[in-house]
Amino acid sequence: MLAGIQFGIIGLQHYLVLAALLFVCGLATILVKRNAIGILMGVELVLNAANVNLVAFNRFAHGGGAGPALKLDGQVFAIFVIVLAAAEAAVALAIFLNFYNNFSTIDVERAQNLRG
Amino acid sequence: MSFSVLAQSDISDAANTATAVLFYLFAIMAGGSAICVAVSRNIVRTAVALLFTLTGVAGLYFLLNAEFLAAVQLVVYAGGTLILIIFGVMLTSKSPFSRFEAKLGEVVIAMSLACVLLFALVMGIVRTTFATDEFPTGNYPIDRLGQVLLGDYLVPFEVVSVLLLAVMIGAAYLAKGRRREGEEGAARSGSLSRQAREWS
Repeated sequence: MLAGIQFGIIGLQHYLVLAALLFVCGLATILVKRNAIGILMGVELVLNAANVNLVAFNRFAHGGGAGPALKLDGQVFAIFVIVLAAAEAAVALAIFLNFYNNFSTIDVERAQNLRG
Repeated sequence: MSFSVLAQSDISDAANTATAVLFYLFAIMAGGSAICVAVSRNIVRTAVALLFTLTGVAGLYFLLNAEFLAAVQLVVYAGGTLILIIFGVMLTSKSPFSRFEAKLGEVVIAMSLACVLLFALVMGIVRTTFATDEFPTGNYPIDRLGQVLLGDYLVPFEVVSVLLLAVMIGAAYLAKGRRREGEEGAARSGSLSRQAREWS
């Protein structure tokens, strides 16, 4: 099954497999947790998996070069993702605090006021 | 000539071994604590496991020669976002160990979906041949990163700064809440009435 991967020399596929594991763990966290902050942590895991993919592809598959030819698109994208994740965490926590003030719980199953 | 070639290959072998050892160390750290995040029932333990995941990913960035990104990951994620999340945990639970159990059916569905997706992703990655470089670039100088960030990506950079301003105002407005004014007014009137009682 793992015939395509060499274990001694770390290549692109090692990082991709690890990022897939992180993504799946984040997805399972989002699906399983009923605490809203736990769901937020799952989202952070998914974003980290995407970042690992971006940086690994930038390192291994971007056509190297020196000076002005050096490509850094993956790293720049990863920086933007980190900034957006921080902003998203701040707004989400503010919303959760409001929710907690109104419902006295952080259980997402209780947020059913808009159900038809 | 042959001696120098041999020495070079020895050095590159040693470097490969060191890289492999460090990679597996950081990968086990990140992946294992990611699994802990998914299966842990205690929200505080989940937060601590997330801290180890973020640190492990920062180590992987070091291995990928993205030193600036690793520093940003440690400072912004492990130092900022995670502290924010832990403050949220402390502010939104009467006891920090309160737990809400998901239903067993939900857990089974989520875990089976995750296993199937992981299997599909790993098989896809292993069976694909990526057009990777034979000799990846050695390092990424930070001055080049700054030039790219303020050159090619100037417009996204400025848009992100405006977004951060909007997020700061929005989060402050949302977290302040409307009930606070009433509480402040009640507290002020209470202290006023107490003062009036003392004076009388």
